[in-house]
Amino acid sequence: MRFLSRPERLTRLGVILWALRIALIVFVLAGSYATLSGASGLVLSPEGWRDLVITGIAQGSVYALIALGYTLVYGILFMINFAHGEIFTAGAFTGFFVAVALAEEGIMEANPVLGIVILLLSSMITSMIVAVLLERIAYRPLRRAPRLVPLITAIGASLVLQYSFRGIYGSGVRMVPLPDAIQGRVEILGIPILRSQLIVVIAAVGLMFALYYLVEKTRTGRSMRAVSEDKEVAGLMGINVDRTIATTFAIGGLLAGAAGVLYVFIFNQVSFAMGFLPGIKAFTAAVLGGIGNIVGAMLGGLTLGILESIGPFLLLSGFGVPSTNQLRDVIAFSMLVIVLIFRPYGILGRKES
Amino acid sequence: MKSMKLSSVAFAAMLVAVACTPGAGTPTTGPTTGGGDPTGTAPSGSPDMSPDMSPDMSPDGPPSGEFGTVEVASGQPIKLGTALVITTADADLGTDSQYGAQVAAEIKGQVLGHDIEFVFQDDQCSTEGGTTAAQALVSDPQIVAVIGTSCSSAGIPAAQITSDAGILMVSPSNTAPSLTAPETHEEFYARTAHNDTVQGAAMATYACEELGAETAATVHDGSAYAEQLQQVFADEFVAQCDGRITTQEAVAPTDTDMRTVLTTIAADPPDLLYYPIFTAGGALMTQQARQTSGLEDTDLAGADGMQSPTFLEAAGDAALGVYASGPDLAFAGDFYSDEFLPAYEELSGSASPLSVFHAHAFDAANMIFQAIEDSATENADGSLTIDRGALRDAFFAIEGFEGITGNLSCNETGDCADPKISVAVVAPVADAGDDCGASTEEVCFQRIWPED
Repeated sequence: MRFLSRPERLTRLGVILWALRIALIVFVLAGSYATLSGASGLVLSPEGWRDLVITGIAQGSVYALIALGYTLVYGILFMINFAHGEIFTAGAFTGFFVAVALAEEGIMEANPVLGIVILLLSSMITSMIVAVLLERIAYRPLRRAPRLVPLITAIGASLVLQYSFRGIYGSGVRMVPLPDAIQGRVEILGIPILRSQLIVVIAAVGLMFALYYLVEKTRTGRSMRAVSEDKEVAGLMGINVDRTIATTFAIGGLLAGAAGVLYVFIFNQVSFAMGFLPGIKAFTAAVLGGIGNIVGAMLGGLTLGILESIGPFLLLSGFGVPSTNQLRDVIAFSMLVIVLIFRPYGILGRKES
Repeated sequence: MKSMKLSSVAFAAMLVAVACTPGAGTPTTGPTTGGGDPTGTAPSGSPDMSPDMSPDMSPDGPPSGEFGTVEVASGQPIKLGTALVITTADADLGTDSQYGAQVAAEIKGQVLGHDIEFVFQDDQCSTEGGTTAAQALVSDPQIVAVIGTSCSSAGIPAAQITSDAGILMVSPSNTAPSLTAPETHEEFYARTAHNDTVQGAAMATYACEELGAETAATVHDGSAYAEQLQQVFADEFVAQCDGRITTQEAVAPTDTDMRTVLTTIAADPPDLLYYPIFTAGGALMTQQARQTSGLEDTDLAGADGMQSPTFLEAAGDAALGVYASGPDLAFAGDFYSDEFLPAYEELSGSASPLSVFHAHAFDAANMIFQAIEDSATENADGSLTIDRGALRDAFFAIEGFEGITGNLSCNETGDCADPKISVAVVAPVADAGDDCGASTEEVCFQRIWPED
């Protein structure tokens, strides 16, 4: 409506953006129509579509948990913590070692619920420690440096962590032993869902509610919001800014650690570079939802997960594109471009002053 | 404001570009040098040997002397480079070949009175890695020949770089047909590994004759190896068995979620799902295929890129019953079991081979030694003059070489293998016994076809 109210201010950039918007909508509609009408020859059953959406939601929940870490840190420091993907890897590796130990002790089979809780807690705590140390060592000394400096440091920290994992754990891929309780399917409302995916979604939603409560209803959350609003004034009001920032990193680390374990539940594998792509995707999800906005990160993660899952097939196969799944990353990142064209500050983002 | 909007769009476009780059998820590292200083013994590089200044080659092959010579002073070692994948999830593939080459040098001892020294580079199983490794090797004027690369994607740029520099490169495990196809073959490139036109056809034969498959689906990961191999298989499956290909899909090498592609495949469930990809992706595909509804009755099959302990470890129980084609070492003979394998095991510290191309690397190294002996000039002062063009010609002229992998003769586009293909299935070690190839403590690749 904003655009209709002042048509006289249509600039050249505006015209190009409008043409892009229309072209995109036409492309999406035509692609979906062609696929659904079976032009590609490969027709997916309703059960197939349902499985794709469930896969997307599970994947999206993991993205959302990582994205929350990006968004929390951005909200408070206005910097992108590119090493966040490696904090996620730290959680996943901890999950791997604890899972191996639990499997050897037989705890996983005897009491799977206890096993999963131990896994989640140990990984979350490890990731939290890594995140807090990262903040203390790499970012705090640069608090007053220009904004580009901590950004470059973050990339450096990301590489240091990644290659430390390679040095410590080797470059191979390892399988995580998971109890039978996580394997197989359960029926929910008549829909068979992989147990691992169900656990992932439940855990992610629970953690997101906990985070929302923490930020909106507690004293810590209030000081975080205050620091995000204005660091100096918050400091004058008696808020310990350094501690609040460390707390933010700790919370981001906890969520990334949980995401690491949940990722292991879905994919069963750990390797030293595993955090890179989920990290980039989660960052995309955070930007998609409006960086700095907590609900936006959750929404962005889920949107990205589902789009990645159904997007390639739905949009491209109708045009006769072969092996559409190979193009999922293109779809994911194009999605970012599209959302930024329609809403430059993300789905729920606010204009910066 | 507007610049903010523009820059955010530009940034997003950059991310799209990252997504489109194959292997974007695997950050490249600097080359790993394991065997000696690459610049140590070398005089400063003569200009005609640097890759960008070399003259264009005539289609008939360069005349001798055009690519210069290597002088190996008396008492100095002959330097060979390797460009094999020795890091990442596919490290088994390259380390296996590297040990094979080292065993060859160990058993050979000296070539024309000179020791053999290796300079190890890492091809990272990627186009970028192959480029970096080859560039590092051609910048050392003392490198006589290169054993590499492991992966065909790395081999394509590496073959071009080494050929431009006039350095003989012999691959123990590149199998993509395009590398030795007449229109794309690089002049100084040869391989002792089979061509996938043979492997794809063998797998198709096994699929219809032994497994009785009537329909098949394929998945590749965009690498030269997987893409070309699944295409050969698909064509042969239709031609040999009158089979039907339900769909040919692809994933990205860094993908972890195979469920979406598997769900698409399950829309028309095939009798056989063929995914000749690498370790990490192969393991994920195996596990997730077992969980996909609609694919319960589908047989799973991969190829030589997956035959490693890492795959078995990463796929776990889901790997049991997975078929994989690969070179057949059952014909290798007594030398292989009595001399080669003990030396290999001593070097690797592993009780079973790490992959299936160590014998090919052994043969490649020995053929290079023979070509050096055939073409090098021994000078009165004990030094050695190796002409690069003559070395290449001597290598390509090799006929009836008695190697572990068979009777090797090179054709004019560099295919030297005596290709024998076998099919293995993942089975418990307790049941497989002596037929075990790559293995973990519990399971291994058991050779099941052809029957001898």
